[in-house]
Amino acid sequence: MDLLQGLKKGNKRAAAKLITMIENRTEGYQDVLKEIHKSSGKAYVIGITGPPGAGKSTLTDKLVKEIRKQDKKVAIIAIDPTSPFSGGSILGDRIRMNDLSLDPGVFIRSMGTRGHLGGLSVATKSAIKILDVYGAEYIFVETVGVGQSEIEIVKSADTTVMVMVPGLGDDIQAIKAGIMEIGDVFVINKADRDGANRTRAEIEMMLDFSNSEFKPAVKMAVAVDNKGINDIIDEIERHKEYLMKTDKYHHNRVTSAREEIVEIIKENITDKIFNDHLISSQLAELTQKVVKREIDPYTAGFNILKSIKL
Amino acid sequence: MDRPIRVLVSKPGLDGHDRGAKVIARALRDAGMEVIYTGLRQTPEQIVNAAIQEDVDVIATSILSGAHGTLLPKIAELLKEQGAQDILFIGGGVIPDEDIPELIESGVKAIFTPGTPTSETVEFIVNNVRK
Repeated sequence: MDLLQGLKKGNKRAAAKLITMIENRTEGYQDVLKEIHKSSGKAYVIGITGPPGAGKSTLTDKLVKEIRKQDKKVAIIAIDPTSPFSGGSILGDRIRMNDLSLDPGVFIRSMGTRGHLGGLSVATKSAIKILDVYGAEYIFVETVGVGQSEIEIVKSADTTVMVMVPGLGDDIQAIKAGIMEIGDVFVINKADRDGANRTRAEIEMMLDFSNSEFKPAVKMAVAVDNKGINDIIDEIERHKEYLMKTDKYHHNRVTSAREEIVEIIKENITDKIFNDHLISSQLAELTQKVVKREIDPYTAGFNILKSIKL
Repeated sequence: MDRPIRVLVSKPGLDGHDRGAKVIARALRDAGMEVIYTGLRQTPEQIVNAAIQEDVDVIATSILSGAHGTLLPKIAELLKEQGAQDILFIGGGVIPDEDIPELIESGVKAIFTPGTPTSETVEFIVNNVRK
């Protein structure tokens, strides 16, 4: 348990090793998480999401540089997809954050989505806890905003920044993806391109339909030229103040904690079921029968459920 | 689930040619590894800092500039300073045969020169990575 001691003292290597442990679910990882839960919950978590190529990593790099001027310790979790074919991945978010890797007050960790069943949000939440106890005051979680588990991750952030770019399609694309609901701050990045004003007008119109108390602002930025960064930080602060003034902050954390418990239950039930030899052989047998049309998948599924003892 | 091997692929020094690094990154990914690609013009400090934070099993560097004699031993030295010699450190690129023994001496575990099939690098990593 000397890794835990190291973590509490802000040792980077210890933090890195513990994140690996929870990612790989190495024996004992649950004890670590049990142990640190009490001391976590202090960091402010900011989710950065948006379509691939929107400039999330570049924007994160600039936002973190600005926040570092206040001498606050920052951590970044950058999530990239794992190939469903080989199980491998190329995690390339660090390319845009190279200056930060020399700043001792910044810790960057790349994570692959890996294959686990809905476990990604649990793994990310656990990594957030570790970085929280490590001493990060701000934790950025950056992920491509497609797919349910990625959206679940950003939902667990205190403030979510939705990064958009001009020219990705009309307003229907925005409602389709359901992204209007999860953003607390909207950024039109690459705003020096054609159509930026139009994209902003469309998003603002969409936001007008929303009847939530907090009305997100739409900010223009050219992250690569460091333009519009302070405006975005002000907006994050405005949202933070709103959360603190109302009981929203507490409410969000209640929702998030509940989801975490539910995820842990689901994860362990699935693990138990699919790691059971008897059940796998029963599953294989019933699968054959379903293919031959001897029984239907519902009967097969419920047959298996009947034989499960939790 | 088996844990994937994590590899930092990076280009130390000033040459701007990363085709080789990208080919390797791709080959390692296809072999089921998690590749953290940090891009061009990295200092040894940047590489070692990234390796520690990412808790990688392997550091793979590609170097074509001729500065391997300075940069690779420097990385090995920083790894020792951090107590991270258990990370498998390998290099590749245009490196003359006569320079290799000295690099190995300094702490690089293997050097792969042009023409090496990517499968050979993959195999070396799988066989030599810390268990």
